[in-house]
Amino acid sequence: MKAFVDIHDVTHIYGGAEDGAPAVQGLSLKVREGEFAAIVGPSGCGKSTLMKLATGLQFPKEGTVIVDGKQVSAPVKLAGMAFQNPTMLPWRTTLQNLLLPLEIVQPHRSQIRRRKAEYVAKAEALLAQVGLKGQGDKYPWQLSGGMQQRASLCRALIHEPKLLMLDEPFGALDAFTREELWCVIRDLHAQRGVTVILVTHDLREAVFLADRIFCMSSRPGRIIVEREVELPRPRDLEVTYTPAFTDIVHELRGHIAHARKAA
Amino acid sequence: MAKRADRTLALAPWVFTIGFFLLWEFACRVLGVSPFVLPAPSSVLAAIWEYRTQLTYHGFHTLWMTLAGFGLAVVFGLLLGMALGASQIVNAGSYPLLVGFNSIPKVAVVPILVFWFGVGWLPPVLTAFLISFFPIVVNVATGISTIEPETEDVLRALGASKADIIMKVGVPRAMPYFFGSLKVAITLAYVGSVIGEQNASNVGIGNLLTRASAAFEVPLVWAALVVLAVMGVVMYTMTVMVERSMTGWAQRSQMAAA
Repeated sequence: MKAFVDIHDVTHIYGGAEDGAPAVQGLSLKVREGEFAAIVGPSGCGKSTLMKLATGLQFPKEGTVIVDGKQVSAPVKLAGMAFQNPTMLPWRTTLQNLLLPLEIVQPHRSQIRRRKAEYVAKAEALLAQVGLKGQGDKYPWQLSGGMQQRASLCRALIHEPKLLMLDEPFGALDAFTREELWCVIRDLHAQRGVTVILVTHDLREAVFLADRIFCMSSRPGRIIVEREVELPRPRDLEVTYTPAFTDIVHELRGHIAHARKAA
Repeated sequence: MAKRADRTLALAPWVFTIGFFLLWEFACRVLGVSPFVLPAPSSVLAAIWEYRTQLTYHGFHTLWMTLAGFGLAVVFGLLLGMALGASQIVNAGSYPLLVGFNSIPKVAVVPILVFWFGVGWLPPVLTAFLISFFPIVVNVATGISTIEPETEDVLRALGASKADIIMKVGVPRAMPYFFGSLKVAITLAYVGSVIGEQNASNVGIGNLLTRASAAFEVPLVWAALVVLAVMGVVMYTMTVMVERSMTGWAQRSQMAAA
């Protein structure tokens, strides 16, 4: 399989950065189509910058970003995003929130009036799949944090994006809810074959979910270690208590500690 | 228990208002205040009844002027607010002009309106408009320019244009700010139309006030003021009701419920 996301030797400096210090420097990584990649690193290492570069929200100062065979020169339009903050719109019901991407992305945008019933059915099916059956008529603020995050994942997937970008989506949740959502995202990935890039600082989360883990250095960020996770799929939560799993977490922990010390 | 507290709350405005007028009546009688200085509510009420035809006629005219000016302010305020919220350059560039213009006492603008349009219905409508659009502009602009960056990222990553983001997120999220500003704007529009009528109209409560005070008809002056206040309360209440029905999603905290 060829690389779906190919970031090559990228350096990026934000326009507003006073010191002109780069957020990332000499950053290179390749993620294959359908792969689940996780990016871990010390805080402030430029993980979120990487997300913005890969989705075309920012353009690199140096180097190239290629997504799906095309150099990125505008927002990529094939990405779905979810953040730590669920960012649901409070004036729309959960279902209407899910339909928002379809009101923007072509070809759905021009068909939404005609195919409304079909889209609503699709959104309801997606809600049922993440355990929110029948909750579509509630407003997001009537849902718990975990439920909002599930809905946010649905919104990121409703337009069937080829690339799913997750920026610490489970960071604000309690441990049990987080593990539940790991399984939700695991199943969604297995079923849809979407390419996922997950930014996280939870190493267990990265090892449980990802096929490939990239470790970033502290600022200016670059990839210091690339680690494949050979644990067989489908993975059960029980796998997180096996020695093989713990060894990988431990190994990554060492890299991060080293990166923090180097700073 | 909760029900009883609700009823007390609903009654409170009536009790306070009636109490205020009773106190006023009582003070006038006990202290023997001359009706030329401060007429008692009973005599104001009598004056309202006496001049009811005049007051109704002029009152409706003022109401009409106010609503016309207010309507203009809403349309113009929304459009300008959207422009200001959408573009930092337009925002930074036009703020000094807007603030400067808003600082001019509108009573000083009325003569200019008379030079342009003569005496009639236009000066009061325009005064009402000029005095009330500013809070709408500022609030709509604030609502739009404070979109959460993450929400913006989600939409931009879908290929949303700036116009998409403003229409799908900016305008809806500005609605609580917008309706909040309408409450300020409707009362300001009243002030504007009355100022306009006082100086540049042959009808309206403002004009009635000017004529009544020139003729020292003190009870009529007071009656006109009370009519203005009552109309103001009614319009304000209607604005609040529209606000509640349109932006219920924004009033979900305990604070809003209390």
